[in-house]
Amino acid sequence: MSDPALVSYLLRLGDDRLVLGHRLSEWCGHGPILEEDIALTNMALDLIGEAALLLKLAGEQEGQGRDEDALAYLRDATEFRNALMLELPKGDFGFTIVRQFLFSVFSLLQMEAVQRSRLEALSGIAAKTVKEARYHVRHCAQWVITLGDGTEESRARVQAAVDDLWRYTGELFMADDVDCEIAAVGIGVDPSTLAEAWQAQVGEVFIRAGLTVPKTGYMQRGGREGKHTEHLGHMLAEMQIVARSHPGATW
Amino acid sequence: MRAPPTRDEVLEILADVKDPEIPVISVVELGIVRDVSVSDGGAVVTITPTYSGCPAMREIEADISRALQERGIAPVEVRTVYSPAWTTDWISEEAREKLAAYGIAPPGRAQASELITLSRRSSPIPCPFCHSIETERKSEFGSTACKAIWFCRSCRQPFEEFKAL
Repeated sequence: MSDPALVSYLLRLGDDRLVLGHRLSEWCGHGPILEEDIALTNMALDLIGEAALLLKLAGEQEGQGRDEDALAYLRDATEFRNALMLELPKGDFGFTIVRQFLFSVFSLLQMEAVQRSRLEALSGIAAKTVKEARYHVRHCAQWVITLGDGTEESRARVQAAVDDLWRYTGELFMADDVDCEIAAVGIGVDPSTLAEAWQAQVGEVFIRAGLTVPKTGYMQRGGREGKHTEHLGHMLAEMQIVARSHPGATW
Repeated sequence: MRAPPTRDEVLEILADVKDPEIPVISVVELGIVRDVSVSDGGAVVTITPTYSGCPAMREIEADISRALQERGIAPVEVRTVYSPAWTTDWISEEAREKLAAYGIAPPGRAQASELITLSRRSSPIPCPFCHSIETERKSEFGSTACKAIWFCRSCRQPFEEFKAL
């Protein structure tokens, strides 16, 4: 019998990576330098690969015959469960890198914990994700420092990105009934327990980059319940159009 | 009719199935073949992906099925497992030498450390062409997910490194 909390939890894990992976893929052919174009699309590939595994598992747990493609291409925006930060338009390179850094540190901490999941299929996916996230964190942290400690222009741009993104970071750590239930049975992790380590790791890089965190208490939320910004619908229109226009197409 | 295959025979056939992105090493040498079992003339091959988004996996699956079926082994089932996660430590010594000869610097030991370090490796890796250590990493990511891009200041050649994972 399917467990609705488990399905919701797996959709959150999968949707975070699918949506961010698609945003990163928008850089394909538009990277500031060739090496970075390749790096961004490599990270996109990792995230979309992780998402495919997680959504496949979500579909199996749901037991209604939906596979990873059906979940990625045939759901509307209100059915997506990703955090809002990940659906925002890709912005400039500074914005993309800061967001990627903030999420990668979160993903690494989250998946290090989920590696110990008693759901074997999930712990295996988490172990792979940890290895990939480690490279993403390192790559992005180096860029955050390079840009933050770079020219007046680069510093201003990444600081603006931090200022814009910060109000979306709280949602990553907000635990609701789904998170608590899944953590209690030893399948997932309560995200609120990751906040302290995340702040320490992000803070250390920001100090080296000369970046400051805005003093705001307000945090956006809604993605986990399917309440999204207008940007997700536009993104999905592009991401889903081929699959929806040509149902069952293969190539 | 052929005699039912033995496990060793299947492994021998798989030794000729090359990685489509790095055609000098086989899927066995790369460490992605995790298990082989045989029964009733057929075989079950268990593989694991290098990276979760590796686009070569489906091609590898098809290559394995084709190679075994061409030798009269049927049915062939290729199963994919994700745990334990693939590590470059499973790449054989012989395969490391082949990688270097092909112009790809072989991976160092994967670090089990949970710590995040900002610089992955403190000492530069030797150039696979001229063996100089006057090298620098250009990017953590290369033409495929499993490789990084380096540049050799001695022979002025860019080269790829198989990343330790």
